[in-house]
Amino acid sequence: MNESNNNAESKNTPLGGLGVKSPLGDLGVERNNNAETQTPPSGGGGVIITTSQLIKRFPMGKGEFTALKGIDLEFGIGEFAGLIGPSGSGKTTLLNILGSLDSPTEGEAIVLGQSVSKLSAKGAARLRKESLGFIFQSYNLLQVHTVFENVEFPLLLLNYTAAERKKMVMDALEWVGLTDKVKSKPPKLSGGECQRVAIARAMVKRPSLVLADEPTANLDAANSHNILKTMENLNRQLKTTFLFATHDEKVIGYLKRKIFLKDGYVDKDELVNN
Amino acid sequence: MWLAIKLAYRNLIGAGLRTWLNVLVLSFSFVVIIWMKGIMVGWDYQAKTDMTNWQIGAGQYWHENYDPYDPFTFDESHIEIPELLKSEISNQNITPMLIAQGTIYPQGRMQSVVLKGIDPTQKVLYLPSEKLDTAITALPAFVGQLMASSMKLTVGDRVMLRWRDENGTFDAAEIEIVDIFSSNVPAVETGQVYIPLDKLQQMIGLENRATIFTFNENFKKENTPDGLVLKSKDELTKAVDDMIKTKNSGQSVFYFILILLVMLAIFDTQVLSIFRRQKEIGTYIALGYTRRQVVGLFTVEGGMHAILAAVVAAAYGIPFLAWQAKVGFTMPVDTSEFGMAIAQTLYPVYGVGLVLATTCIVLIVTTIVSYFPSRKIARMNPTEALRGKIQ
Ligand SMILES: Nc1ncnc2c1ncn2[C@@H]1O[C@H](COP(=O)(O)OP(=O)(O)O)[C@@H](O)[C@H]1O
Ligand SMILES: [Mg+2]
Repeated sequence: MNESNNNAESKNTPLGGLGVKSPLGDLGVERNNNAETQTPPSGGGGVIITTSQLIKRFPMGKGEFTALKGIDLEFGIGEFAGLIGPSGSGKTTLLNILGSLDSPTEGEAIVLGQSVSKLSAKGAARLRKESLGFIFQSYNLLQVHTVFENVEFPLLLLNYTAAERKKMVMDALEWVGLTDKVKSKPPKLSGGECQRVAIARAMVKRPSLVLADEPTANLDAANSHNILKTMENLNRQLKTTFLFATHDEKVIGYLKRKIFLKDGYVDKDELVNN
Repeated sequence: MWLAIKLAYRNLIGAGLRTWLNVLVLSFSFVVIIWMKGIMVGWDYQAKTDMTNWQIGAGQYWHENYDPYDPFTFDESHIEIPELLKSEISNQNITPMLIAQGTIYPQGRMQSVVLKGIDPTQKVLYLPSEKLDTAITALPAFVGQLMASSMKLTVGDRVMLRWRDENGTFDAAEIEIVDIFSSNVPAVETGQVYIPLDKLQQMIGLENRATIFTFNENFKKENTPDGLVLKSKDELTKAVDDMIKTKNSGQSVFYFILILLVMLAIFDTQVLSIFRRQKEIGTYIALGYTRRQVVGLFTVEGGMHAILAAVVAAAYGIPFLAWQAKVGFTMPVDTSEFGMAIAQTLYPVYGVGLVLATTCIVLIVTTIVSYFPSRKIARMNPTEALRGKIQ
């Protein structure tokens, strides 16, 4: 129910309002959903993620290594939140489970109303295909495909017509300010441009939830701020929920909610009020 | 499926050189296989045509006792030329031949030969029988190239010939080689000496008799005369088919090795891809592909090599194969030494079936070979694939 509401709303978003030449400008002025995004999780339109006593163990040598030691979290629709913690604290592990790429050893993770541990391989693929967007530290673009084709990829899996795809891809590229690089291939792009393509790819199908694992780790300060502003605007504009994993101060500065992970458990969970 | 084909195509074209190397090797094997098969078909065709022209015509009647592989039957294998055939003989649609044993003595050596009495006016076979219609003191004779070179005979040579007449009495005469023909049909050349039919009949004392009767396409077979058996063209050319079949199976080993090499290249590419492209595989899965779909994509990619190869093969193969069919393939060695029905220049003949079958086989094998390494993807952990961790 949340999902369909969200999608319906995002599809109706007037894309022209998303800033034609400078997508990083004040995109959300006309919209007044700021209040919602600023008071998660209870103030918004509903819950998108719930985890309860989430435990993840990895086999290690003869024994096991517990990467997540009982995580209880809830995220509301439209949040702009981050998992913060040093390397090895379990951020990626948690993100992977929420992205249905991995399953918990114990406990539960409900994402968009579906229990990750109970999803079949097909069901998980479908959840990712329809509702999730991923952004990776190393971009993970398809190297031999053009920018257009990379962004188009998620739509190919969703049976849009060629005309629909073209419109959606061009819109997404406009959000990230890359309409002039449509025919380029990733090896010809800078790191910042690559990550913007990745953001466009994650956003093109207007997913409910975007999971971004260290998205700025390979970028300089200027590019980091650039993509963060883009994502912040998209969050405000499309009400997409963003969940980051990061230990980058620049990213942390943008977060509306900071969840500090330490050795596999939640150390602190702060809302930012401004 | 369409999506997999579309993506596979993008991936292959994007991979550039790696793809084109495989495609080139694959296309080469397409062309070589089709060419070699075409040569075999062309050879079969040539051997049968030559055999028809030089040896068997449109078919033959044999004396019921005649066995070409057993010269001892020759003495009992002759028949008075049947009335039934006489009009067609004078119409040049059928020609009689008398066959007997003899011995020649070229340069002091002794060599038993098959004597073939042939009508100098016959038009059924390509044999240069008209050359026998000459006025020389010796008995005019011609032989095939194979015979001439093994006996070191040249036109104008005179050689002693000995034979036995009907009563078993030995007799001798001198023959003069008036012509040497070259036919690509060893069966009409080795160990055979052609002399005028009427002379041979007189020599043995078998006036008006013959052993075999060769007819052409115009001859309408009705009742087989008594004492003769009909040998159809199919029956007589069966030996050629068998020979080609044997050669073909010998070539199969070559095809097998060729295909194997190609398959190794594809297999290698696939195995390498799966390691090298782990992160990409993880990305596909993160974007909503199931692992089975990724396996499908990689399999289609592998199989598509064969399709691209077919296109590339067509680009340079069609002109090459057409050119070969026109100018033929000339053997680098003298084929008359081979002792089999093979011309110096073979003209390949390609059938639609041959081309389609080759394409299909290569496509199927390539796809299967691509599938096996790809199955590994199905067991891959997406999070590890995303990290690009070698498994
Ligand atoms: N597949 C795995 N097998 C074993 N240990 C793992 C695996 N994935 C992660 N870990 C361990 O779990 C811990 C948390 O990892 P991760 O979630 O990647 O941390 P972070 O992303 O916060 O740096 C680390 O100590 C890491 O070594
Ligand atoms: Mg990590």
